[in-house]
Amino acid sequence: MANVKPRVRVPKKAKKGEIVEIKTLIEHKMETGIRKDKKGNIIPRKIVNRFESRFNGNLVFSSDWHPAVSANPYLSFHMLADESGEFEFKWIEDGGAEFTKKAKMTVS
Amino acid sequence: MTLTSVSLSRRQALKGASAFALTLVAAGLLAPQAHADAKMVEEAIKKLVKGTPEEGKIKLDLPQIAENGNTVPVGFEVDSPMSKDDYVKSVHVFAEGNPSPDVASFQFTPACGKAACSTRMRMRGTQNVVVVAEMSTGKVYMAKQQVKVTIGGCGG
Repeated sequence: MANVKPRVRVPKKAKKGEIVEIKTLIEHKMETGIRKDKKGNIIPRKIVNRFESRFNGNLVFSSDWHPAVSANPYLSFHMLADESGEFEFKWIEDGGAEFTKKAKMTVS
Repeated sequence: MTLTSVSLSRRQALKGASAFALTLVAAGLLAPQAHADAKMVEEAIKKLVKGTPEEGKIKLDLPQIAENGNTVPVGFEVDSPMSKDDYVKSVHVFAEGNPSPDVASFQFTPACGKAACSTRMRMRGTQNVVVVAEMSTGKVYMAKQQVKVTIGGCGG
């Protein structure tokens, strides 16, 4: 799926003990499954139903989404900066397709 | 002779059509599309969360009036120390007037530092948004706010 594009904004540097904000967005239509096409046929549901955020391999934050989440889902959340490392963000679509994005953060 | 027979069959046809329409209504096929209400939200909460929700602890960040129901910003912050013994386990967002009451769930860990999120949701029309927070201690909190929607956002 070429039209699904994840984007992430993470601070590159943080002080130990600081709470950093992470902003994520994935370009996705989030087809609800209740819309109809011109012929009156229901367009099958296809949404991103789960988001997971890991830091150095540990699950920090996750979220389950229903069709009521807007198209191009935006999500911001927080993490306590404790050690330097790498974020791994994962979005899972109906049907099991996964989209991932990585970002590094240095904690001093 | 032919005229009467034509008009008769037309009348019969109309009768048949209206009877068919009535059965459709009776079967609920022509009834307006069902949507969630406060009761369905209560049931959805019971399914996901154990215990009776109390008021407080949750600060909502929702607009009073949303012009476009396709993307309504939703934000919340739950007051919690986010320590290993006392943190926010999960937060669930529900809508009372959408085709389905569930909107999204968020699972936190003490490593989050703060139980706050912001996202965007679809709203079919003016309705209440309900946010429920589940603490690691077993306590459950709830907050509710009405959002007026000018143009609904469920795609027809």
